[in-house]
Amino acid sequence: MRWSRTNESWALRTVHLKWPALFFLLIGMLALSAAPAERHLSVYSTAATYSVPIEQLDGRDYVGLFELLDPLGTVNVRSDPPRWRIHYNNVLAEFVVGRSRARIQGRDADLTGRFLLDSGRGVVPVDSLSSLLPRLLGGPATLHEASGRLFIGSIGTHFTATVSPGDPSRLVFHFTAPVNPTVATEPGKIHLTFRHEPVTAPASPRLTFNSKSISSAEYSEGDGAAEITVSSTIPLIANFSPDGQMITLSPARSQVAANSAQTSTPTPGHAPPEPAAAKAPTETHSFPPAAQPAASSVASIPRKYFAIVDASHGGQDRGEALSRTLTEKDITVAFARRLRQELESRGISTLVLRDSDASLSLDDRAYYANNAHPAVYIALHAASNGQGVRLYTSMLPYATGDDEGPFRQWNTAQSSAIPLSQATAVSVASELKKLQIPVRTLTAPLRPLNNVLTVAIAVEVAPPASDVSALTAPDYQQLIAGAVANGIVNIRSQLGAAP
Amino acid sequence: MIPRHFYIAASVMLAAVLGMSIYAWRMRGRVAATPASSSDSRPVVAPVSGPTEEVTLFVAYDDLGILRAQAARIPLPSVRQQRAEELLRALIALYLDKTSPHPIPVGSDIRSVYLIDPGLAVIDINAAFADGHRSGVLSEELTVASLLQTLSANIPGILKAKILVEGQPRETLAGHVDLSGFFDLTAVHQLTAELETQQ
Ligand SMILES: [Zn+2]
Repeated sequence: MRWSRTNESWALRTVHLKWPALFFLLIGMLALSAAPAERHLSVYSTAATYSVPIEQLDGRDYVGLFELLDPLGTVNVRSDPPRWRIHYNNVLAEFVVGRSRARIQGRDADLTGRFLLDSGRGVVPVDSLSSLLPRLLGGPATLHEASGRLFIGSIGTHFTATVSPGDPSRLVFHFTAPVNPTVATEPGKIHLTFRHEPVTAPASPRLTFNSKSISSAEYSEGDGAAEITVSSTIPLIANFSPDGQMITLSPARSQVAANSAQTSTPTPGHAPPEPAAAKAPTETHSFPPAAQPAASSVASIPRKYFAIVDASHGGQDRGEALSRTLTEKDITVAFARRLRQELESRGISTLVLRDSDASLSLDDRAYYANNAHPAVYIALHAASNGQGVRLYTSMLPYATGDDEGPFRQWNTAQSSAIPLSQATAVSVASELKKLQIPVRTLTAPLRPLNNVLTVAIAVEVAPPASDVSALTAPDYQQLIAGAVANGIVNIRSQLGAAP
Repeated sequence: MIPRHFYIAASVMLAAVLGMSIYAWRMRGRVAATPASSSDSRPVVAPVSGPTEEVTLFVAYDDLGILRAQAARIPLPSVRQQRAEELLRALIALYLDKTSPHPIPVGSDIRSVYLIDPGLAVIDINAAFADGHRSGVLSEELTVASLLQTLSANIPGILKAKILVEGQPRETLAGHVDLSGFFDLTAVHQLTAELETQQ
C-alpha cells in the first residue's frame, strides 16, 4: 500500500539521523522559540498599507527611513558617512550618524535618539516619527507607539456595533471601510485581528452587554494590529457581508437562522429581496478551527444607495385589509416602486427593500438598512382610515441600557438620528402641503424605525377621500411619490453622503 | 491542613450564594407568574358601585385622527391597582359603545393592570382586543396612547409601561405599533400632545 510505504520511508530517515544532528536540531528549535518574535510597525495611509521591521538598537526601537517613506512617494537616498541625506518628493532631510539633530528643508529637527546607520541603512528612533514625519510629508501622522501602528494623514476605519435582542443575541459590527480580519477562537472568546486595516479605538475600549450569550467585547492594540475580543458563553460564528463592512457574530448552533437574517447588500440593478436570494453571498467562518475570511476585493463592493425604500408587510403579513380585495402589502410595493422611480429620476440612487411578495421580519429589514449604509430609510404603509399622508419618526422605547462606546442598543439605534429624521419628515410634509394633500407628522412606536441607525421615516398613505380604492390610482400614487421625492431632494445636502 | 477560619469563610460564602440563588429564583418566579395568574385574582364582577370620582380620559376620535382629554365621573375603588383597571375599563366601555368614536372589537377587555414600583405599569389586555383590532399605524397608535395617557393622567408615578396580550408579550398590537418594549411615558406624553392637534 502506498500509504504504508511512505510512512516507512519517513521512519527510516528519522532513524538514520545521527545523534549529534538531533542534539543541534533541538538546540536550534529551543533557540528559535526563545528568540523574540520580529516586530513590525504597521503603516496605514491612503496610498498604501504596509509594515516595516522594528529593530532594537542602542536600547531603543528604530525603523529604516527609506523603507518607511518608499511606499508613500518618490524617495532618493545619498549615503556619504557620516552624512546621510534623503529626498522625499521635494523635501530634503539631512542626518549625521551619531547625532540626534537633523535638518529638514534647512531647519533643525530634533530626534529622540541618535541617528544610526544599520548595515548602510539610515535608521531613526520610532518615537521620533511623530515629529519627523509631519515635516517630511507635509501632513499629519499619528503614531501609536506602544502598539506599533502609524496612521499617515487622517486615515482611520471606525466601527459601530449593535446588539440585537433575543435569545441568543447577535452582535453586529459595522465598519466605515471594508475589513478583513483574522478570526481566531479560544473557549469563550473570539478574536478579530485587524492587521491591514486602520481600525481605530472606540470611545470606551471595554464594552459590556446585557445579553446572556454575549457578555462583552474589548478593543485592544498591539504588535502592529488592532483586535476586538468578544467574550461569549456559547460558540460564535462570524459572518462577513459581501462588501466587507459588516461582521455578524451569531451563535454557531443557529447558523442557519443567522444566515437568513444576515444582511447582504444586493447587487445594483437587482432589487433584492427574496430573502433566499439574499442569503447566498454571505460567507460564514465558523470555529473550530479558526478560519480566515476571504479577501474582500474592490470589485465585490456594491454600489451605495442613498435611499432605501421599504415596502412594509409582505408574504403572510398582509398588513391592513384595506377592502375585500385590497391588501396593504400590495399597495406598499406599488408605492415603493413608484417612489424609487421618482427618486432615481431626481438623481437619488434607491433600493426597494421588498420588491416582491417576500416575507421579511422587522429585524431583517433593519439589518438590510443598516448594512447598506443609506443616507435615508423610508418605510411605506397604507391605511384606509383618515385622509392624505401621515409621516412618522421614531418614538423610542424606554431605554433599558446605555450605548456602550460605539455599540448601539438595538431598540434605540435610531436615537442619534432622530433630529435629522424629524427634519426630513418636515421637509417631506412641506412638499405634500404644497399639493394640498392633508399631512401630519407624528412620532410612533413603530419598528423597525427604532433599529435603524440612519435617518428614518415611515410614510402612511391614506386615500384622498373616503374611497379606499383611490389608493391604487396611478395619479394619486404619482402625486404622493413625487412630493416625497421632492422632500428628500430638498434635504439632501443635510443628509449628506451615506454614512 | 486547611485552617478552620477558611472553612468558616467558605461556609458563610456558600450560604450567601445559596440564599441569593433562592431569592433570585423566587423573584424570577414572581415576575413570570404575575401576569399569568391575573385571571384568578380578578374580581368576577367589577366593583362599579360606590362614590364616583372625576377622572380625565384621553379619548381617540377616528374621524379626525385625534386624541381628546375628556372629564368623566366613574365609580373607583380605593386600591391603586383596581383603580387603574376600572379607569381603563371605563375607557374600553366608551369604545365599545355603539356611538364609539374609536370602535374596538366586541369582547375587548382589560384583564388586569399591574403597578410595579418603581414606576412600571403592566396592562394586560385580552386576546379579543388585540386579535380583532383595526390594523394601521394611526389606528393602533390612538388606542395605545389613549390607554397609556389615561392611566398616567390619573395614576401618578408611572414612568414606563408594558402591554401584554393574555399575559404574554406580543410583537405588535395589530401589525404596527410595537408592543415588544417598554413604553416611555415621557414619549407618550409627547405623542399625546401631537395627537391632540390635527396640524
Ligand atoms: Zn402597515
